This record gives sequence, C-alpha cells and structure tokens, in this order.
Amino acid sequence: MATTVQWKIKKNPTFTIALAGNPNSGKTTLFNAITGAHQHVGNYPGITVERKEGIINLKDVKIKLIDLPGTYSLSAYSDEELVARNFLVNEKPDIVVDIVDATMLERHLYLAIQFFEIGIPVILALNMMDDAKRQGLIIDTDKLAKLLNCPVVETVARSGRGKGHLIRTAVQHIKESGKTWKPIQISYGAEIDLVLDNMTEIIEEQQFMTDRYPARWIALKYLENDSEIIRYGKLNGKVAEQLEAIAQRTKEHCLKTLKVLPEAIISDYRYGLINSILKQDIVIQEKSRQERIDFTTKLDSLLVNRYIGPILMIAILYGMFQITFTVGEIPMGWLESLFGWISATATLLIPEGLLQSLVVSGIIDGVGGVMGFVPLIAIMFLMISFLEDSGYMARVAYMLDRVLRIFGLHGYSAMPFIISGGIAGGCAVPGVMATRTLRSPKEKLATLLTAPFMPCGAKLPVFMLLVAAFFTEHKAQMMFSITLFAWIMALLVAKLVRSTVIKGASTPFIMELPPYRLPTVRGIFIHTWERTWQYIKKAGTVILAVSILLWAAMTFPGLPTQQVNQYELERQAVSETTQGMTEQQALLEINNREGQAALRYSLAGKIGTSLEPLSRLAGFDWRTNIALVGGFAAKEVIVSTFGTAYSLGDVDPEAADTLSTRIAADPSWNKFTALAMIVFVLLYAPCVVTVVAIAKESSWGWATFATIFNTTLGFGMAVIIYQIGTKLFM
Amino acid sequence: MPKPLRQIISGEKAVVTAVTAEGEVGRRLRDMGLSPGTEIKILGRAPLKDPVSIRLRNYTLTLRNSEADFIMVEKVGE
Repeated sequence: MATTVQWKIKKNPTFTIALAGNPNSGKTTLFNAITGAHQHVGNYPGITVERKEGIINLKDVKIKLIDLPGTYSLSAYSDEELVARNFLVNEKPDIVVDIVDATMLERHLYLAIQFFEIGIPVILALNMMDDAKRQGLIIDTDKLAKLLNCPVVETVARSGRGKGHLIRTAVQHIKESGKTWKPIQISYGAEIDLVLDNMTEIIEEQQFMTDRYPARWIALKYLENDSEIIRYGKLNGKVAEQLEAIAQRTKEHCLKTLKVLPEAIISDYRYGLINSILKQDIVIQEKSRQERIDFTTKLDSLLVNRYIGPILMIAILYGMFQITFTVGEIPMGWLESLFGWISATATLLIPEGLLQSLVVSGIIDGVGGVMGFVPLIAIMFLMISFLEDSGYMARVAYMLDRVLRIFGLHGYSAMPFIISGGIAGGCAVPGVMATRTLRSPKEKLATLLTAPFMPCGAKLPVFMLLVAAFFTEHKAQMMFSITLFAWIMALLVAKLVRSTVIKGASTPFIMELPPYRLPTVRGIFIHTWERTWQYIKKAGTVILAVSILLWAAMTFPGLPTQQVNQYELERQAVSETTQGMTEQQALLEINNREGQAALRYSLAGKIGTSLEPLSRLAGFDWRTNIALVGGFAAKEVIVSTFGTAYSLGDVDPEAADTLSTRIAADPSWNKFTALAMIVFVLLYAPCVVTVVAIAKESSWGWATFATIFNTTLGFGMAVIIYQIGTKLFM
Repeated sequence: MPKPLRQIISGEKAVVTAVTAEGEVGRRLRDMGLSPGTEIKILGRAPLKDPVSIRLRNYTLTLRNSEADFIMVEKVGE
C-alpha cells in the first residue's frame, strides 16, 4: 500500500499557486469556488494574518492553492502586504494568479505591474466580467494579454465561471516558464533609470541580498524608501550604506529640480505605463450603458448620506438585533429541550451518586447551557458576515471614523466592537481577532482592551435573568440601555487609556468603499461557520473543563458525617410525626437546608464566603460570588452556577423563570443589587478564551492588564451604584 | 490655482496636481491611485464632515481631511 502512494506522489508533481489581488477583487470567493470545502485556515508565523490553503487533485498534477491576503500594492504598508511579499520571496510559489477586477483595471493593474517587476511568473484572472458587461465595458482580453506579455483568463468568481480554464492555464504556464523569474524593466525616466543602473551594478557586484531578490528590484526599493528592505539591508553589510547614500542624493536632487520625491516619480511612471496600455483600445465603454453604471454610487447617496445615513445605520443594526433574538429563540428552544432530554436520560441511566451528579449537573448542564446559545451566535454572525461581504461594514467604518477618533480609536474599531456584541449577542473572541485590520498598535490595543465590554452572547442570559426579576415592566428599554452603557464605557475607557498608557497620534484613514455586491451563500456560510466553530470549540474544551472544576469545587469537601447524620435524624423525626403534603414540604425544607450547608462547606462556598466582606460593598453575597468567580473562566457559567447555588432542592436550576422569581423574592436582593451585578458582569475581566486571544493579538502583559483593570473598574462601578442606590432610594 | 482637496465641495470635479505627503501616507495614497493627472469627483462627506469620499478610477475612496490636505487639486473648468 505504502509503495503505491509513494509512486503516485512521484508521478504527480505538486505545483504551488498563490492567489493574489486587491481586497474586494473576489479573491476569496474564487478561492472558495476552486477549493470548495477542502481548505485549511492557519496563521502566518509570528503575525496574525490568516493563511488559507487548499489542495486540489487534477489528472496529472496536484495543486497547492494559497490565498494570499488582499493587498493594493507590494509596498509593505500593512502586515498583509508584507506577508504577501515575503511569501513570494521565501516560499517561491510556482506561479501567482493575480485577480483583477475588470471594472477597475486601472487601479488593479498597479499590483500586477509590481509582480512583473519582481519577476515571478504571473497570470491574470480578469474577474467580475459579469459586472463589467453590465456596466457596458468591452475588454479586449487577447490584446491585453499580448501587451502585458502574460496570459489573461476571464472569470466570474461568484458563479465559478472560468475557474477550470484559469487553473489549466496556470499549470501550462508553469510548465512553459520553467519556474524561472524574469523581472521586467520599467523605465522611470532618464534620471531615475541612470541611478537604478548604477545601483544595480553595485548590488550585482557585491551580491547584496541577490539570493533573495532581483538586483534592480532592490535598487528600486531603496529609491522608494521601503523601510523593510532598508532594515533588512542594514543586516547585510556595508553596501547598504552606499545604497542609502545614493538614494538620499537622488531624493535631494529630485526635490530640488522637480519638487517631487523619487517614490512619487516611480509610481507616476507605473500609472503612466498602465494608461499607455489601456489607451490602446483595451477597454471600450458603451455609451448607452453609461447611465446604468452606478448602482453603488446611487445606493451610497442614501446609505452614507450625511443626514439619512446614520439613521439608516442605526435602523439596520437594530433590525439585526431584533432578528437575532426573534429567530434565534426558535432553535434555542429546540436545543434546550434536547439537552433537557439528554439530562433526563442520563439521570435514568446512571445510578444516583457522585457520577450522576458529575455527568448531569456538571457536564450536561454546563456544556448544554453554552451550546444552547450556538443558534443565537450563528445567526448573529450570519448577519455580520452578510454586512461585511456586501460592503456595508466599510460604510459603517466611514461614518463612525470621526466619532471614534474623538475617543482615540479609528473607523476600523467599529467592526471589532460590533462583532464583540456591540448590538448585543456577539462574541469577544472573534471581535478581538477582528482588530487585525487596525494598523496602528496603539489604536488596536485600545480597541482590544475595550471590545470585551460589549454585551456578548454569554453575558446576555445574566442580564435577561436579572431584568426579568427586577425590571419586568421595562425589559426592552433595560436591554437597550445596557447595550448603550457598554458603548459609553468602551469609548470612555478607550479615551482614558489613549490619553494615558497608550498615548499617540491617530493613524491615517485611507479606505476603499467597495461596490455593493450580493454576497455568495457559500462565502457567508464559510465565514459564519469559522466563527461559530470557534464558539463551539470553546464549549467543548474550556467550558467542559470549567464545568467539571466548578462542579467539583461546589461538591467537595462534602459535609462531615456528623452533620449529615443530623439532617438524617431530622428527616426521620418529620416522617414519624407528620403525613402527606406537610411531610413532603417539611422534607423539602430540610433537604434545602442541607444543600445550603453543603454548598457553604464546599471549596467554592468557602471562596465565596471569604470574598463576602469585600463583595458586600456591591451587595453580592457568597452565592453570587461563586457564580462570578466561575464567570472568570467563561461568562456562560454564571447563570448555571447561580442556578445551582440558588435553586437547591428539587427545583430545576436551568429554568430561568423559576430562578428569576426566586431571586426576586430573596430578601438579600433588590433593584440596586441587580443593577450592580449587571454592571459588574458587563465590565469585569474578559473570559479566559478572550484573554488568550488578547494575549495573542498583543502580549500577555496587556492581557493581564485587561483582566485586572476591567475587574477593578467593574467592581468600582458596582459599588458606586449599589451604595448610592441603596442610601438614596431605599 | 491648485488647492488642497479639503476645500473642494461635494459634487465638484477636480484633477490631482500633486500628492505632497511623504513616507507611508504618501505611498498609500499613490497605491490607491492618486497620482497627478487623475480625475476625481467629491461624492460626499461623513456625518461630521470628515472623512470625505471621492470617486476616482471607477471606484470610491474615503480619506480624512488631514490626508486630503496632502492632495493638491485643480478644479475642472477653471
């Protein structure tokens, strides 16, 4: 068997094809169309840019397809661009398939030109051909291919049209080009060319980094003042100084004679080259269709209108909030019944005792409580993915940039906030990961630290429980106020950290508003699934472990035999003296007291009790403390732990209604205790999974900071609310 | 007379004469297609008059006023 496999691999060579292109060029859609479900998502080493790979088996070759991050250029402006560039030089894929939007050839060819310059074998995928036709653009593909001296294949990524042809062309081109890099030489005008020739000669003579890059390309990057190449060059000997000096002289000369930077001249010549190619009747605009062109501009005149835009934005986000809860409730009910049934079955199958208690109260209730929220989370992410893929999220960033900037944030901070639960019901883990689009480490940090304040799907049940118990008449208003409060706190804290620990200027906001497009079903589902899966994984790993730990902490050590015997004696006494209903009630009362005593005696009870002197300031008793300590691990366990701690005896701890009436009736609770708890749960330490995500995106130092700072802030606010509330109004 | 992009009103058309930004911002602006000779049209501004959205090379770009200050333009028809 093993030999056959080996023989097969030998026979079929593996070709590596890298998909590159501008953001919104339909690159990921094409990648999904080609690879289907056979893809693997990982990270590039050291940074948090996603790396997607897929394998396809053709008749005579095996193809490894890499989806490079979307880039406008290879100028190393962003992490994505750096990743794309380093991937090309380090891993040397056999070919780059550059996906260009046929409706925006002028801008998209700018990247293609840079691939030609670095010399890697390239073919173009002329994507969005359907859009181009609709806009009345007639493109002479053959002529374009001839002028660019590279194969051009027409595609429509959404429908998958042209994908087979594209792959076959790529494979053929790999075979023909023999995988050799042939950098083209673009003229940048007599003066720059002369300098380039001079520098190229030095570079070739000294073999300065020529093992990695083509010589003329290195020279070009020095003139373009490319920080990455210059830094890398410094590690490679004295030649670097010589080249830097030439670049500096050229810069001074250009500024003196032409009043422009060399890098501006270089980019002008690139655009000049593109224009000179396109001018040769490559694109013809049908006059009759010109009117139809701009669906996007028309829609934008409404959706980003200065006055109507913000109103529509709030309406859209509020609509999502409504849909999530009304639609989400249905499958949530099913899952609840399913876990109820599993729990009942397990109770029947496993004999009474510690094992039953572990499986039913520990594992099934704990994990079930979390899994119950999967539909809610999935629907939320489905809608967020729709907004992202349709192009609307970019509009939200555009409209909110000025407001967010007041608080030291950036237009790009809007999305992490929304995903984290900014319209209630998200999750901070993907929210924290969404901060990757922020280029400035300072704005990113401020977003990272404040996004976990949002009312994520795990905090919601706590709020629903308390609102149902104490603010029955104003349920909707309360939920809305909580969300609003979260935003205000996030913005204020962002402002605070941005004017103290992470001071610094704001970074530029230069963003494309992509054309509105109806997202593909496949794209949305892949997107939603990736995020939902993270949530499910969390339930299966972290929450399972936490549930078991909490169960153990709330069970052990058990009451001393002496006390257990005491309760047993009481029960016997009751059984002998009373009968019927009175007996049942009396027994239940004794069981409850025993349960209470047992919980207080357990490890969790002891921790809760020891925290009580402090937590009393905010009105929290020892049972609340147990739930809140559990919530450090995962916010989902707060309600279930709360339930177990409060509903002792035979009451079903999972039924929120019963629990909320119980709490409402409990003398140690009032409106202000509830408010204090809501605020504390909203603000205190992010859950463990979020903390890990924060550490990954920044550092463990900042993750620890978030844990301590948020808890202190939450507790402080809770104490203020409880103290002022109870002193003034009760 | 060339003037900064910030001073152009919504709906007006102009031609880029120079991008004066250095370093990263300059590079990004050029990467996005803002080079001398490029025709642009101001589409509108965000609720608080900043950022601004412009149309060029058949696509829409948004940038803040502070970046728009680096872009010198000449109004079409002047």
